[in-house]
This record gives sequence, C-alpha cells and structure tokens, in this order.
Amino acid sequence: MSAPDLLRYVLRLGDTSLILGQRLGEWVGHAPALEEDLGLGNLALDLIGQARLLLSYAAEIEGRGRDEDALAFLRDAPEFSNLTLAEQPNGDFGRTIVRQWLIDAWQLEVYEALQASTDTRLAGIAAKALQETRYHYRFSSGWLVRLGDGTQESHGRVQESIDALWPFTHELFAADDVEERLAAAGVAPRLDLLEPRWSARVSDALHEATLTRPSKVHFPWHGKHGVHTEHLGHMLGEMQHLQRTYPGAQW
Amino acid sequence: MVGEQEQRVWQVLATVPDPEIPILSVVDLGIVRFVRWKEGALHVGLTPTYSGCPATDVIRRSVREALDEAGYHEAALEETLTPPWTSEWLSPEAHRKLREYGIAPPAPRAISCPRCGSHSTSRLSEFGSTPCKAHYRCEECLEPFDHFKCI
Repeated sequence: MSAPDLLRYVLRLGDTSLILGQRLGEWVGHAPALEEDLGLGNLALDLIGQARLLLSYAAEIEGRGRDEDALAFLRDAPEFSNLTLAEQPNGDFGRTIVRQWLIDAWQLEVYEALQASTDTRLAGIAAKALQETRYHYRFSSGWLVRLGDGTQESHGRVQESIDALWPFTHELFAADDVEERLAAAGVAPRLDLLEPRWSARVSDALHEATLTRPSKVHFPWHGKHGVHTEHLGHMLGEMQHLQRTYPGAQW
Repeated sequence: MVGEQEQRVWQVLATVPDPEIPILSVVDLGIVRFVRWKEGALHVGLTPTYSGCPATDVIRRSVREALDEAGYHEAALEETLTPPWTSEWLSPEAHRKLREYGIAPPAPRAISCPRCGSHSTSRLSEFGSTPCKAHYRCEECLEPFDHFKCI
C-alpha cells in the first residue's frame, strides 16, 4: 500500500462528502417545509463534518503543509475527486432526495466495510460516519417511498429523477487500480463485493416506492479521476468565492 | 494518589456546560473519554457527538478555559474518534436533567412526553434545532417537544 494511493482514496471519500454537503446547504431557507429545511441542513452538517475528518487526514498524508480548508477552498475542479453523482444540481426536492438516497446507500456499504480497514484512522472515521449515515438513509429512503408511492405528480417526477441520475451510479462500483491495490492491502473494501448488497437495498426501496429500476448503464463517469460535469465548476465558484477573494478570512 | 488527582480533574470538567444544552455538562454527555497522567503531564480525551456538530469547537475552548482556571495550564487535549460516541453514553443523571429541561432523553422505543409523561407521542421531524435532536409532539397534552436522538 502506498501513500499516494491512500491519499487519492481518502480524497475521494472526503470530496464526495464535502460536495454533497455543500449541495444540500443550498437548500437552507428554500426547502418545501421547515422540517425538511432542518433535515437537509442537518444532513449537510454531518457530511461536512465527515469531510473535515477525511480531508484533515488527507492533508496529513500529503504532508505539504495544506490543511482541510486549503483542500476544500483552494483546489480547482480537476483536482476534486468526488463521485460525479454528488455534484449533480439539486433540481426539485425529489431530485435531491433521489441523489441523497443513492449516495446514502453507497456510503452505508462503504463505511460498514471500512470499519474493518487495516488503516485504523480510516476505520475510526468510518465507524463514526456510519452511525450518521444510517440516520440519513432512514430520512432519504423514507422520502423516496413517500414521493414514489405518493401522488401521480410526485411519482412521475421522482421516476424522472431516477432515470436522470441512474447513469451516474455506474461509477460507484467501478474500481480502478488505486481501489484494487488498496483492497488487496486490506485498506479499502472490494467494490465488486459491495455492489450486490447496494443493488439489493436499492431494488427493495424502489419496489416499496412503486418505482421502476432503470436498466444497467455501462458508461462510467470519472469524477473520482477529476473529470467532472460542468456543474462542479459553478458550484465551486460559489463555495470558494470568499476564501479566494479574502484569503485566510475567518469569522 | 493518582486516582485523587484524576478525580479532581473530572470535577472540574463536570462544571463545563454543553453550549447547546447547558443543563448538561460535558461529563454528563459522555464526551470526556479519559483523564490520565502520562509522564507528569495531564491528558484529557474528548470525542465529538456528531462529526459536524458546531458545538465541538466551543466545547474544546470551554474545557481549555476551565482547566486553565483550575491551574492545569499544561493539559493536553486529545481528540479521539474510536470508539464512536453513542447516545448510550449519556449518564443516568443526564437523562434526569434532560427530562427536567423539557427534552425527552434518548429511548429507542416509547418516547414519553417530558411534560405530562404520556407515551402517546408522534414524530414531527427526524431533525431538530441541533444535530442531536429530533422534534416530537405529545398526543395527550398536545405540546411539541425535543427528543435527544438515539445514535
């Protein structure tokens, strides 16, 4: 196991949490009801907390004097290695729920398995994040079922979101050399072993929500290699504006 | 001897309130993981409740100030993540204090109204005003209340 591999892997996890957390933060003050506003804001807080733990660790592995803030606010889009799914725009509330539910289900499997990582720091972060992720999944899957098995309008809109976001799920389990080497060293889980569990969980929830699972897509997006959709750059423009304009600003 | 020294530090820490639920001390919350002397230096281990809880930084500062005031200027604060904090670490004292404060303590089932004690309650929201709380309503006295989440 090499330090560059570990760094890339930890950045992928941390960036996915950070970008998803920032996206959810866009809902604050705009959600359809006060309860959901609080819910999405709380999810965002947990995810950004997890991102801090992961990015601080990444900064230590990197050893170039950068900290978690430098990694979050001073990197450009191609240096981010989040899952492409995480950066997709919020859309309507249903679209946000579908994106959240797909990633929650993925994080559940990844964090569960990572608890047994030979890297004890990563195992500790995973155990902490897993508790929070279980709560997130309850929220997102609960809404998926309510919207899917709701009115004709909500059903149609959520199905449309599933169809639109499904192509991005291929990346979730498409392991590359970094992930394969880390899996061989017992640091990261084998993604091919996690996929059937994720797939079964997702199918069960879709069934309960009376929604249809799209067919398999073979085109892999490459967010974890720094190749992003155009949405990430716009998002970073907003997220990083303050630190780029007033470097080191604190309040 | 060492036992007594540690006991004194625990007493100091028991005066540090949680900034969001000030009725609870950091000791009640179960987030002080250890107090120990290593080679003459005091080490205090703290763990976050939720990884994104904004109170964590404030708690750290308050603990530092309380230890400073008590004369433990050299104390080293260590952040520990393993094992992760769970709401089961709230002390029995914390459960009593929460109830008196109007917050239903963590309970996996049968969440009872902190005002009238009724078990007939319903959840309004999985999330509340802070990361550690969910929002409930009593079906007997009709009052809304906070519930300290179980994780």
